[in-house]
Amino acid sequence: MSSSLAARRKPGSLTRSNRSGWGFAAPFLVFFLVFLVWPLLYGLYMSLTGKSLTGANDSLIGFANYAEALADAGMWRSLGNTLYFTVISTVPLVLVALVMAALLNVGLPAQWLWRLSYFAPYLLASTVVSLFFTWMYNPQLGLINDALSKIGIPKVAWLNDPNVAMWAIVIATLWWTVGFNFLLYLAAMQNIPHQHYEAASLDGAGAWRQFFSITLPQLTPTTVMIVLLQILASLKIFDQVYQMTAGGPGGSTRPVVQYIFETGFTGYRLGYSAAISYIFFGLIVLVSVMQFAITRRRSA
Amino acid sequence: MAIQTLDRPKSRTSTSQEIRQPRKKMTAGKIAAVVVAALIAVLWLVPFAWATATAFKTETDAAAPKISWVPPSGFTPEAFVKVFQDGNIPLWTWNSLYTSAAITAITLVISTLVAYALSRIDFKGKKVLMTVIIASIIVPPPVLIIPLFYQMLALHMIDTSWAIILPQVIHPAMVFVLKKFFDQIPRELEEAAVMDGASRMRIFTQIILPLSRPILAAVAIFVFIGAWNNFLWPFIATNDGSLLTLPVGLQTIKSAYGIQYAQNMASALLAALPLILVFLFFQRQIIKGVATTGLAGT
Repeated sequence: MSSSLAARRKPGSLTRSNRSGWGFAAPFLVFFLVFLVWPLLYGLYMSLTGKSLTGANDSLIGFANYAEALADAGMWRSLGNTLYFTVISTVPLVLVALVMAALLNVGLPAQWLWRLSYFAPYLLASTVVSLFFTWMYNPQLGLINDALSKIGIPKVAWLNDPNVAMWAIVIATLWWTVGFNFLLYLAAMQNIPHQHYEAASLDGAGAWRQFFSITLPQLTPTTVMIVLLQILASLKIFDQVYQMTAGGPGGSTRPVVQYIFETGFTGYRLGYSAAISYIFFGLIVLVSVMQFAITRRRSA
Repeated sequence: MAIQTLDRPKSRTSTSQEIRQPRKKMTAGKIAAVVVAALIAVLWLVPFAWATATAFKTETDAAAPKISWVPPSGFTPEAFVKVFQDGNIPLWTWNSLYTSAAITAITLVISTLVAYALSRIDFKGKKVLMTVIIASIIVPPPVLIIPLFYQMLALHMIDTSWAIILPQVIHPAMVFVLKKFFDQIPRELEEAAVMDGASRMRIFTQIILPLSRPILAAVAIFVFIGAWNNFLWPFIATNDGSLLTLPVGLQTIKSAYGIQYAQNMASALLAALPLILVFLFFQRQIIKGVATTGLAGT
């Protein structure tokens, strides 16, 4: 296709294309270099220094920050919290989204109404979600404990009980973001060709059977993508925890991003904080590489 | 919670399915699906409803130990009036609006330009550029907060709107989405213009962009929602009360209003309102937009 264009090129037009190519790319590149590449590299440099917000010790100290981080129980605990949240949040965030999409895909009337109610929370800022749920989780005045007491379940100290707090965060997160996965599933379901279902119903397969033998297998690539994207999103958890429990009670919900934030901005230790950022980055790269490998194999 | 309530009615319909009467089965199944879908929808609407009920109570009723949907002294817009008189919510809404609009505008301009180059122009280093941009999708924003803050401090941008806006305009995944869309536009459409000696920029603005409206809308929606709701970076980049965006401002009211539950909920609802309204009007575009950009990576 492009050969017809290329054939008409005058000599020297590659230099002209070089110029216009980089010209079109330039505005993006400037922002990209200044606000992504540079901080990424500078962060790496910072992680090798004792830099602090108070200005002390700018000198290179090698891998001392990394050595300290690897021996830091607080870092490991926050990393553990992040992983724990990722595991227990990903499952419901994918399953509930699938159920929601499957229900709508039956061909319910008033599609917009269901979409609106399932997806609307996704449009909220984290702080709005946190205000809503902190209020509903209130041990004495909260709606949830009130409802539980009506069916004879004793009061739960949702955000103040170290054994429950993370689950409380998961429930709020599920409510908040499941609508996004739901939309991805719904779009994928609507792309499954009708002929598959027609053939199946001629063979006498019921709706339930069709779901398991047609819909679900056809959705496998989507499911893989949603699970991986959800894992990457869950690993970055910070907002709702910081706002609802501030990492407590007793550090039982503090995620690694909050640990980075606190070491840097409360503890003023920018260099150390940058080192923990890079350990976290390593984890994200690991998951991303796995994602890449899996999707590559699928498409190959 | 939701999953457990789902199982029963659904499995019942599946067993009632028979081979001979496709129409009837469908309706029975549909009714069950409606019931379950409605149960979930109710659960999903409860937080909105409870916040609304609370916001329209007096502070005394809101904090009453006996919990009621309809308060003893009736509903009142008192809390909304107070929140408006404080003036913070309108200010924060304005801050969120213009920073998010600026982020979206800059993102669209720089991303479409580079995506066009990657899609249509043969230039030296293009492959490398493409690889670097795609690779950068994996960089999680929290990793950048420490060096970015230090950099903003050095640039004297902390506590300006620029600190909020500029670092949020780089969306490598969106560049990729745009490039893929441009790739699908038939080149024949441009050939006539090339023969007429039209410049690249003219082809880009008068042929490519008009054909790309759906994807431009999708990217704009994705970027705008993200910017509007972003918490971590604006929270770090601003201390100045007059610059706070809605999500960051709301975080401060917990300490300001303390246990004034009605005012807390009124503020939260006012903060939620703009995007919910936008969604009501542009539902179709937003849903399509999320579906097309969503899988590209967040």
